[in-house]
Amino acid sequence: MADTITLAKTRSSVADSLRCQGAGMPDPNGPRGAKPRRRFSRRNIFLYGTLILIGAYYLLPLYVMIVTSFKGMPEIRLGNIFSPPVEITYQPWIRAWAEACTGLNCDGLSRGFWNSVQILIPSVVLSIAVASVNGYALANWKFKGSEVFFTILIFGAFIPYQVMLYPIVILLRELGLFGDLSGLVLVHTIFGMPILTLLFRNYFTSLPEELFKAARVDGAGFWGIYFRIMVPMSIPIFVVAVILQVTGIWNDFLFGVIYTRPDQYPMTVQLNNIVNSVQGVKEYNVNMAATLLTGLVPLTIYFISGKLFVRGIAAGAVKG
Amino acid sequence: MGQPSYSVEIHKVDLSFGSVEVLKDLTLSIHEGEFLVLLGSSGCGKSTLLNCIAGLLDVSDGQIFIKGRNVTWEEPSHRGIGMVFQSYALYPQMSVEGNLSFGLKNAGMPKAEIEKRVARAAEILQIEPLLKRKPAALSGGQRQRVAIGRALVRDVDVFLFDEPLSNLDAKLRADLRVEIKRLHQTLKNTMIYVTHDQVEAMTLADRIAIMKGGAVQQLGSPDEIYNRPQNKYVADFIGSPSMNFVEGTLNGSGMRVTDHTIPMNGYAYSTKHSGETPSWIGIRPEQVVTGEAAKAAPFSTTVEVELVEPMGSDKLVWGQFAGMPFRFRMDGQATVLPGEVMPLGFDPAVASLFDRATEQRI
Amino acid sequence: MAVDASGASGDVPTVGQGARSNGPENRAPAKRPFQLFRNLNAKIASIPMVATALFVFVGCTLWTVVYSFTGSRMLPRFNFVGLDQYERLWSTRRWLVSIENLAIYGVCSLVFSLVIGFTLAALLDQKIRFENTFRTIILYPFALSFIVTGLVWQWILNPEFGLQRTVRSWGFESFTFDPLFTPSIVIYGILIAALWQGTGLIMVLMLAGLRGIDSSIWAAARVDGIPKWKTYVFIIIPMMRPVFVTALVLIAAGIIKVYDLVVAQTNGGPGIASEVPAKYVIETMFRAQNLGQGFAASTMMLVTVLIILIPWAYLEFGGKKRG
Repeated sequence: MADTITLAKTRSSVADSLRCQGAGMPDPNGPRGAKPRRRFSRRNIFLYGTLILIGAYYLLPLYVMIVTSFKGMPEIRLGNIFSPPVEITYQPWIRAWAEACTGLNCDGLSRGFWNSVQILIPSVVLSIAVASVNGYALANWKFKGSEVFFTILIFGAFIPYQVMLYPIVILLRELGLFGDLSGLVLVHTIFGMPILTLLFRNYFTSLPEELFKAARVDGAGFWGIYFRIMVPMSIPIFVVAVILQVTGIWNDFLFGVIYTRPDQYPMTVQLNNIVNSVQGVKEYNVNMAATLLTGLVPLTIYFISGKLFVRGIAAGAVKG
Repeated sequence: MGQPSYSVEIHKVDLSFGSVEVLKDLTLSIHEGEFLVLLGSSGCGKSTLLNCIAGLLDVSDGQIFIKGRNVTWEEPSHRGIGMVFQSYALYPQMSVEGNLSFGLKNAGMPKAEIEKRVARAAEILQIEPLLKRKPAALSGGQRQRVAIGRALVRDVDVFLFDEPLSNLDAKLRADLRVEIKRLHQTLKNTMIYVTHDQVEAMTLADRIAIMKGGAVQQLGSPDEIYNRPQNKYVADFIGSPSMNFVEGTLNGSGMRVTDHTIPMNGYAYSTKHSGETPSWIGIRPEQVVTGEAAKAAPFSTTVEVELVEPMGSDKLVWGQFAGMPFRFRMDGQATVLPGEVMPLGFDPAVASLFDRATEQRI
Repeated sequence: MAVDASGASGDVPTVGQGARSNGPENRAPAKRPFQLFRNLNAKIASIPMVATALFVFVGCTLWTVVYSFTGSRMLPRFNFVGLDQYERLWSTRRWLVSIENLAIYGVCSLVFSLVIGFTLAALLDQKIRFENTFRTIILYPFALSFIVTGLVWQWILNPEFGLQRTVRSWGFESFTFDPLFTPSIVIYGILIAALWQGTGLIMVLMLAGLRGIDSSIWAAARVDGIPKWKTYVFIIIPMMRPVFVTALVLIAAGIIKVYDLVVAQTNGGPGIASEVPAKYVIETMFRAQNLGQGFAASTMMLVTVLIILIPWAYLEFGGKKRG
């Protein structure tokens, strides 16, 4: 032990003397160039191993859904939930889409799909139109009290829907919209408003204020600035809002079940009725095909939009 | 009020946001064709004032006249002003041409006239080759030129500039500064220019209004502001490196600073004073002479050098005079080392005296 | 007053001499005559927001609170019964089970979401390759409906055909994992599904928070020789306080709203073992036709939210004023 120390000492003193003699010449045998890195270091194996396990866990349900939906019922009864289908059958998908029964209707999820589409399109358009103009007014045309209403709106987002469900039934009934798809569109517009208004307000606030001032000097008014200056500059945030609303409204269950009649139920409600119906034999493969079908729209949007989806939820959440 | 040549008049303007008073009873008149610079540190209300003139902010009280017309409640686009912003504020989705013509289109001007004006502005600013480009494809200097062009096409009497050069690098800033000055000489419009940069203010202005706390501290030509600052704030704000202030007492025989007496006979007093007045004497570092010249100066003393900051063309030397830090300028080629004792002197006639109680010029 | 003001109004352009001859001193102070019409377009554009804020968020909420003191059954009736509905509520076993479930689910969901979310974010923040892929995989459940999530986990946790049987078929004959049909642990079965769906969001928030931290902090910690885990615990996490608060509020808001997931996964079963308050409210209001009871239960949910929201608002906005 002591030897090594002396050795090290001598070595360094030798190096020192060498350096002196060589007039500032550094030790040529020391580390030089890029620090060596091992690709399969213990840290990396641990890190990637953990991540792969986690990834497998998160992917597992999707995998189970897919394999189950392509199996026949006998295979499901006998085999293992994780094993891939021995014999691929498309029958469950066809049954789920066109034949599965809810109550008296036996025309499958397709009915719910088209209902959802009918609800989705006007809801997305209306909620975004209203919220973007709102957010613009809040960002650039503040008036006395505007911030107060905005604060109420944001806090309103935290009120459990259950508190407002019944009075809204009364409101819709008074307006003659209860049980009608347009009533549900209105409900989606109302409950989408806090998050969307926040999203747009924050975005419009982040645009340079001088641009707005320049447009005013140029004589553009409220709508002129909105349509000519703000909207063309805000395409990304509109895309984010569309993603947010499409997934949110498509996935809605509560409003759909309360504010529509059974023949207008959106896809999620119909899906739940198909899968959790107590009558008849359970067809797990059909159930999983139906579940996948319902999840397909938001999943497609998610995988296509990628970063924008993340940006949407982060923008909506972080600044909230 | 008999002079009709005022282009912009700001009369007793107040502006407060809640309990914060940003502008306080501010009155300012700007001559026809004048280049007025509003100068001050951030938060002094200079940009706020400009926004009030433009009509982008509503005043709480008072009036604003442009060309003799009360525009206090007028929309920005109806005030006869053009404005250039710090961040250029070009509409990113429109081409340069679109940017220039947007305001004219909004005003419902016939197409032929729009084209004529855009062409003229482009010619003056030499941006003709850029007309079809989008702002993103322009350099900072080009963008600012387009922003000026947008004000130019409006063919207005008053140009408002809100720190237009702050986003540019030093060299470009110097170039565009000259260009703005040239533009003013060509167009002879009234221009109101907000900046925090005193070099810009000194070089461009016919008159400078130095602002602090929402009020004008001094309004005068660059020469007046530099040589006869009205109060200690202005004296300290203008000039770089800033003025030396030495505490002392002013009496009949001159300014007594510890054991020195500075003779003040050449000094042009602004106010009458009598008896002993605690005051500051302010001397700009460039007004101090050293070496042989010091001995010939009306007042001379010696100072031990503490620190030297070479700046190329000259050297800034730090020392102490009467126990207070004292800076002076020397030639860039001079050799001077810390510890050296230097003779130095100045002419008290060019110095400034301020009352220590009121901070006003004596 | 109005005449006087419009005479001095700048909206009527007065030119040159005319304006000057009045002299600035004689003018009325600058106040617009009609405050209501200023910014008129902005006000029109804000009508939906104002209506939503006032009629829905404030109006409907107050309405429900008021009617929770009535004996309304099938239709709302204004017959005041004092606290009867609340007394009945708190002596209903189903409500008590709901509250207990919500408490267990809430605490576990908060703790696990934050811990898992942060850990995942920290793992992804190690300058790894395929970061986007991993993030995409962990976040995708968040895009799915609670109904879809509930149904797929119902299937996986199915004792007859799901995970339990598969593990048994591998030779672990006595393996038992049957939360959805075991009343005492059914809520944990729901928790598994909820965490699978929701942790991705928390991870993304935390990751954004981690990325928002000045890289010179890491450099400084490295120069000072502070181990990585210590840097996380003592420097990074305290710096991420706002992100944690946001995550906390989001998770808490989600906990109280939990409804669809339970409906899909267990429908409150077995028996009433996995009931939750939101479900209780909807079923008493729309199935049992017992409106007053539903109003009282939903008012209790509102109170719970306020208990969480008020301290948060105080911390967030009260703190800003001081700073």
